[in-house]
Amino acid sequence: MNGLIGAVLFLILAPIAGGLIAGIDRKITARMQGRVGPPLLQPFYDVGKLFEKENVVVTTAQNFYVLAYLVFIALSGALFFAGGDLLLIIFAFTLAHVFLVLGAYAVHSPYSHIGAERELIQVMAYEPMIILAAVGLYMVGGSFYVADIAAATVPAILYLPGVFLGFAVILTIKLRKSPFDISTSHHAHQEIVKGITTEFSGSTLGQVEIAHWYENIFLLGFVYLFFSWNPVIGVAAVAVTYVAEIFVDNVTARVRWQAALKSGWLAAAVLGLVNLAILSYMTIGGA
Amino acid sequence: MQTLLFLILFPILAACLLLFVKRTTLRYAVVTLSALFIGGASIYLLIRYAFGDAVYFAAPSEGASMAMVAIEMVLALFIIYMGAKFRNYLAIVLAVVQAALVVYLEISFPGSLHAVNNLFVDQLSIIMALIIGIIGSLIAVYAVRYMETYHHHHPEVRNRQGMFFFVIFAFLAAMFGLVFSNNLMWVFFFWEVTTISSFMLIGYSETEEATKNAFRALVMNLLGGVAFVVALIFLAATEPTSGGIDLARVLASGDAAVILIPAVLIGFAGITKAALMPFSSWLLGAMVAPTPVSALLHSSTMVKAGVYILVRFAPVFAGTFAGFSVGLVGGVTFVVASAIAISQSDAKSVLAYSTIANLGLIAACAGVGTYMLVWAAILLIIFHAVAKSLLFLGTGAIEHRIGSRNIEDMEGLIVRMPKMAVMMFIGIAGMFLAPFGMLISKWAAIEAFVQVPFGLIFIAILAYGSAVTVFFWAKWMGKLVAVTRNVERVEKGFLEEPWAPLYIITGLVIAAVFLFPVISSTLIEPYVLAIYGATARLAQANVGIMLLMMALLLVLPVSFFLFRRTAKHLPVYMGGRPATPDLHFAGSLGLTREVQTRNYYLTEYFGEAKLFRPGAVVCTVLILASWILAGVAL
Repeated sequence: MNGLIGAVLFLILAPIAGGLIAGIDRKITARMQGRVGPPLLQPFYDVGKLFEKENVVVTTAQNFYVLAYLVFIALSGALFFAGGDLLLIIFAFTLAHVFLVLGAYAVHSPYSHIGAERELIQVMAYEPMIILAAVGLYMVGGSFYVADIAAATVPAILYLPGVFLGFAVILTIKLRKSPFDISTSHHAHQEIVKGITTEFSGSTLGQVEIAHWYENIFLLGFVYLFFSWNPVIGVAAVAVTYVAEIFVDNVTARVRWQAALKSGWLAAAVLGLVNLAILSYMTIGGA
Repeated sequence: MQTLLFLILFPILAACLLLFVKRTTLRYAVVTLSALFIGGASIYLLIRYAFGDAVYFAAPSEGASMAMVAIEMVLALFIIYMGAKFRNYLAIVLAVVQAALVVYLEISFPGSLHAVNNLFVDQLSIIMALIIGIIGSLIAVYAVRYMETYHHHHPEVRNRQGMFFFVIFAFLAAMFGLVFSNNLMWVFFFWEVTTISSFMLIGYSETEEATKNAFRALVMNLLGGVAFVVALIFLAATEPTSGGIDLARVLASGDAAVILIPAVLIGFAGITKAALMPFSSWLLGAMVAPTPVSALLHSSTMVKAGVYILVRFAPVFAGTFAGFSVGLVGGVTFVVASAIAISQSDAKSVLAYSTIANLGLIAACAGVGTYMLVWAAILLIIFHAVAKSLLFLGTGAIEHRIGSRNIEDMEGLIVRMPKMAVMMFIGIAGMFLAPFGMLISKWAAIEAFVQVPFGLIFIAILAYGSAVTVFFWAKWMGKLVAVTRNVERVEKGFLEEPWAPLYIITGLVIAAVFLFPVISSTLIEPYVLAIYGATARLAQANVGIMLLMMALLLVLPVSFFLFRRTAKHLPVYMGGRPATPDLHFAGSLGLTREVQTRNYYLTEYFGEAKLFRPGAVVCTVLILASWILAGVAL
């Protein structure tokens, strides 16, 4: 029952929270760049306006794929906040992204084609680390269920510092922040047209944006799991992590896809695997 | 027992009949009827034996065993003849060694070569029988029209369809025999028949390349065969403790150290047959054969025999270093083959590498061998058979219509062959996306490896392997769904393959998701429970969520009706130049230029030349390590 409430609350509140965070993000980013920045609610105005635009498509099929992307992103987030199985959530999340990629392929356009390929490279770059993060949380909490992990009384972060850092690296990919915003970016200045979303417009683009809000809240929830033994520290850690991501976003330039792939995989191998290897050695030694 | 004998003997009868059928329509009738009988009998087997314990049958022993040895000798002579004809002396040497070992076995241990029960059936046999009986015979039905078109396209190839269908059905018979035999001598006999059958089928077109690849398959599988006989000799020599050649007694033997050596040797035979590294090249070379052959080798026969035997011996491997080493061979194969698949643009080549990768994963589960992993391994066998057969048959049908099996040429298939594209889409989704089967199995494997000592290495393998898997499948899917303009629909063509097998298998891919809780609870769980005394299953809540996801996937296409109304269609963005919908834009000097899109293959990182050899070396070392570790354990 708790799970159902969590899921419903996520579905209703996540777009609001996600939009607000996007607004804060833009404000902080602007200050870092010495600008005043847009009003806090600007992301909502933007998306609202997108839904009023004329309905223009390259092919009807693109609407289907983007809708499926939105639905499955929302579903994976809802499962997360319902306390479901972390691995299943990760797989649903991958499914969602495959739909976005297929939407970009379906329009058969050179720019979104490049965006789609790069998005796939991103998926390939972050997938190992996100699975290792789930396994790490399992090794500490003894369960793959988010509900059990969140209820843990041990500070997971102390056992998983490497995994957390590795997760922070791929979080940059997932939040579409520099230096890993290779498939599409929030910054016009380092964009090849608009990457994967080039051919999406109007309400379709609005759906992509809302999906991104859902996604961000889900990812921040994932960050929270590392600190869930103490809610206050947890929320603070999430805030600090996000601000750090904004900082990184503003002080780095987009790298090539090779570097993105290598970074994601190295993070998984060096930070993730080594951490887990030490952890499993310790648990075997302790038993 | 009649059902078992029927399933083994009836395909042979059909095979002999097909040897003499010349007309396509008649052949089609015979094949379809036989397929119905075989499929029906395997379903009857399910109903009859699924709900009880394993059942053993004495079955006629003396005569049958003698006949098998005689046939083995004839087959050895056949290999020697073929080897001499094509000057492949390695094949001759291996055939001679193998025959000599069989004779030695028969002469030296006449007293130890009897199993109390020669035939048996349990849930694992039933699962295998269903795969062989349903998928295998659907492929045979598809093959009839395919081969007719094939000869139309390749007039230079000698028409030996009588032989072709004889071998296909003999192959099915051998597979049934293999999974029903409790007598390891019988298993070995059927094992050798599958080797020869694949040799015949791969070499069908009689080109130089086909012959070369057929011999490569033969040599590698004979090598496994030699290891199999050595294992039999070892078992016969240690009969009192190991249980001799009686599979059930061997598996129940209390002397774990003694049976580990034959298990590792038979496991090696399984590794060669399942085309794990370093033996993957035979399966890649097998692509030269007509597509139904590939479908058969990859999904329901041959390689599945290899992983079947590994899964059978999983309880012996469990908890041993030798088994762990065998598992690592599979794990390394999984990650390396998946990575190489990224660099391939030939559809059949991608499918082949994906098969190798998945067989590797099954071997990894079987080698480590805990009850949860065996559960996952069996699931993988089922789902892989269904989805992979669909993809091969689909690729064959596409190749006949668009004249290419390059993935780049499949661009816009959703416009050119909508039905086919949807089926391929479902097949590919079945290979890597939630909530389809292969993903359920990978998920289960991760959860299982977490609980194994040193399982972390497999977790890492799965994490990286899954990541590259997503990449190579998704970019293929992307090509299929690209909506291209001004292209012709080519779904219909003369000399069509029957689409019914494709429709049925597509249905099976989807049905497998809905039926998987039932498959698990009636077939896989009782088998695992009987052997390990414990079993794995997916939590009810998760099953519910998977079904919800599947339902969503089926409902979402309805949204197409919502979009139809008002949308204005524009050509794609081409840097602001005037563009047409078929990807032409106004270039400078008044020229119209065309844009093409190509997928990334990342050859520099994932190329065959870069990865195959290191993978093969590592696996060779691991195989040798498994032998040494088994020896040390003794």
